[in-house]
Amino acid sequence: MKVNGKPVSAQIEARTLLVTLIRENLRLTGTHVGCDTAQCGACTVLMNGRAIKSCSIVAMQAEGADILTIEGVARPDGTLHPMQQAFKENHGLQCGFCTPGMVMNALDFAKSHPDPSEHDVRESLEGNLCRCTGYHNIVKSIMAGAKAMGGKI
Amino acid sequence: MNAPLIGARIQRKEDYRFLTGTAQYTDDVALPGQAYAVFVRSPHAHASIRSISLDKAKKAPGVVGAFTGADLAAAKVGGLPCGWLITDVNGQPMKEPPHPPLAQGKVRHVGDHVAVVIAETPEQARDAAEMVEVDYQVLPAVTDAAKARAKGAPALHDVAPDNTCYIWALGDKSAVDGAFAKAAHVTKLEFVNNRLVPNAIEPRAANALHSRADGAYTLYVANQNPHVERLLMTAFVLGLPENKVRVVAPDVGGGFGSKIYLYAEDVVVTWAAKQLNRPVKWTADRSEAFLSDAHGRDHVTTAELALDRDGKFLAMRVKTTANLGAYLSTFASCVPTILYATLLAGQYTTPLIYCEVTAVFTNTTPVDAYRGAGRPEATYVVERLVETAAREMKIDPAEIRRRNFIRQFPYQTPVALQYDTGNYEATLSAALELGDVKNFRSRKEESAKRGKLRGIGYSCYIEACGIAPSAVAGSLGARAGLFEAGEIRVHPTGTVTVFTGSHAHGQGHETTFAQVVADRLGLSIEQVDIVHGDTSKILFGMGTYGSRSIAVGGTAIVKALDKIIAKGKKIAAHLMEAAEADIEYDKGMFKVAGTDKKKAFGEVAFAAYVPHNYPLDKLEPGLNENAFYDPSNFTFPAGSYVCEVEVDKETGATQIVRFTAVDDFGKVINPMIVEGQVHGGLAQGIGQALTEACRYDDSGQLVTGSFVDYSIPRAGDVPYFHIDTRETPCTHNPLGVKGCGEAGAIGAPPAVINAITDAIGVRDLAMPATAQTVWRAMQKRI
Repeated sequence: MKVNGKPVSAQIEARTLLVTLIRENLRLTGTHVGCDTAQCGACTVLMNGRAIKSCSIVAMQAEGADILTIEGVARPDGTLHPMQQAFKENHGLQCGFCTPGMVMNALDFAKSHPDPSEHDVRESLEGNLCRCTGYHNIVKSIMAGAKAMGGKI
Repeated sequence: MNAPLIGARIQRKEDYRFLTGTAQYTDDVALPGQAYAVFVRSPHAHASIRSISLDKAKKAPGVVGAFTGADLAAAKVGGLPCGWLITDVNGQPMKEPPHPPLAQGKVRHVGDHVAVVIAETPEQARDAAEMVEVDYQVLPAVTDAAKARAKGAPALHDVAPDNTCYIWALGDKSAVDGAFAKAAHVTKLEFVNNRLVPNAIEPRAANALHSRADGAYTLYVANQNPHVERLLMTAFVLGLPENKVRVVAPDVGGGFGSKIYLYAEDVVVTWAAKQLNRPVKWTADRSEAFLSDAHGRDHVTTAELALDRDGKFLAMRVKTTANLGAYLSTFASCVPTILYATLLAGQYTTPLIYCEVTAVFTNTTPVDAYRGAGRPEATYVVERLVETAAREMKIDPAEIRRRNFIRQFPYQTPVALQYDTGNYEATLSAALELGDVKNFRSRKEESAKRGKLRGIGYSCYIEACGIAPSAVAGSLGARAGLFEAGEIRVHPTGTVTVFTGSHAHGQGHETTFAQVVADRLGLSIEQVDIVHGDTSKILFGMGTYGSRSIAVGGTAIVKALDKIIAKGKKIAAHLMEAAEADIEYDKGMFKVAGTDKKKAFGEVAFAAYVPHNYPLDKLEPGLNENAFYDPSNFTFPAGSYVCEVEVDKETGATQIVRFTAVDDFGKVINPMIVEGQVHGGLAQGIGQALTEACRYDDSGQLVTGSFVDYSIPRAGDVPYFHIDTRETPCTHNPLGVKGCGEAGAIGAPPAVINAITDAIGVRDLAMPATAQTVWRAMQKRI
């Protein structure tokens, strides 16, 4: 499979979750684990362009897939992606732990919602928990980020 | 560069690493050769342990070590200490039962630590942990605070056969009783302040290293106060020399109080790292977090307010039973006493207050400070009583508050605190305006047309923050100082590194503190870096909790800055051949008053490190200063919240349709960050009021032990927040700041419940007001 555009391979136990492969084998620790019931969304990555919870599939299911993690979102020169920039400008993060999952989920959402309403954004966050921000500024960030993206990642 | 930085909406310096996946939380730390620990936890709420066999586990693939409480006892590892001594009504010290890191013969709550298994991989450790054989003799359990002291209730600890840690009181009972006897009206409420599970999204984690080369330990741990963690662990539990232990709290993914404490896991992995001569890592899963992170709240209270016929408050009488859980957590004892009863005056001139608190042990996870800690419970008592009294006496709820507001400062309350400043009329008026309260009636009619019941509720909270004046805290039982330390290191070229004992786990100190320093020194914010969270870098620190960072930690930094500027003036006077008394410092320049002579900050710094032209006979080279600051009083943030809800008549489902918060935090350094703190606090307060139910069954099983069963608010559960601030600067710190971290969690719950009870026309309602709770309340009413 490819992760952030680079081909990767690893010898793993059959029960290894995708998130474990990403964090432990590939040492891409920006993808986080916040729960054990697929509720919090901190582990969200894009698989073939769709947001998925990487704690909810075993790594072997992703064989051959194209995975994008938070480490692959900024431009190669380090410039923040418009969605990341929107989170920064709107103070859409505090402790930062849920943030990668929020950004990854928002990227998928914004592809099909270039100018979302507050209500749409709140609905899109059903699967992502944040304990710091009260969601207020996350919602603002995603509305601004989606506009800036214009429907394209 | 010279635009004022205090009060500016500066975007956060720390955001880049969080947005790009390059932050480093404890679980991201990988030490060479690390082994993985899994804790064997009690499946029973209360049981004697007849035997534990590690034999099979030790032979399992990959296992490198397995230990029980017997191993720790043999190594003379002590119990986890409590940092606050409460003295009971009879002058006796509270009961302090042993709190062993791994069980000694008995377990007292589901999730209690029984053994640890350490293996080459997390999977191997988990598999082997399941092979540990424990023979339990299950005992009856008690989980409900109200039943812990009942006759025949099972006793948890030998030292407290009646499960009572202490009975404590504050105030003049006979004077209060006398006032009640003469009152024109008495409002009485009985309620539960619901137990909450903090649930920072980063689970706790620890990774410990021991080096035989120098006998030194390094512990990476998700913690809010690394120096306190080190002090408690070295001095009281492991008996290690403090200079041989480094504690690093790197990026920490939220705390809300739950990462203040010294936990069993931290101690065990540190101890085991030496036994096994390799790093030992432990990361909680969410289920473990539910069972082992200290919980919050859990009070059962009877509260009464006596009023005269004009609605003037005459006295308040409060009786609370506080559930401490199975053991005394690090600061558990001060939460339902010192941080609770002292806040019962609220924003009002109530002249007489009596509060009695009975603190009990139960077969539940230990309870300690959670965002607000005692102050939300006090605010709930006061603001539910006040609103209910207003309705009973047919006085407008805003008006009854105005009749009783404290308007003269400083104000000595009857419950020990002295408020330095405030303007409660200003925040209330602003909240009524911003909340468009005058048009509420028409909104209510509009809702009714859609079949919805609309209600409005107020809450005027106060909190004591900037914790704490050490001498006052000490006289009340604190076993630690509560100052803060800061260090300003000016580099030879004039850039600055600041070392602070405060710890950020979402609060944005790297930006806010840099604003303070850059503003004072006339530098750009990019020239100032903030370092925190590592005992090997920072001289000392008491950490971050109780909305204390800017008021106490920020002031320590300001005091160190004053020393930097004072020394800089001496150097500048020498360089410009002027009298020290004639040197002024302004916007990054040392100037000779009344002349155009000046030296830039960087030139003075350079002279301090390259002292070729320097008064070496009178002054040391270098430009580096420390300060410790111990506050002279608490700070008193306060505010007014207005909540509007719509309740569905058929289902009881409640939606917050408008929420207004106007807070007075004194001077605001970064409004963007302060707003974020308010939003987060409000969401947690709304969670307590509407969604968060922590439930044990009668056998002591936690039946709400995951995010599936325990509902922290999601984006759709909270409204758009309308917020603003008013400002009365704190009178006793140089920044005029009060702190903002806990306000929302303190003020929101009574506003929400006051709104729902208004909407459905009931006198009281239990939290969390889930659809089922509200629906049932409506059926009873009908």
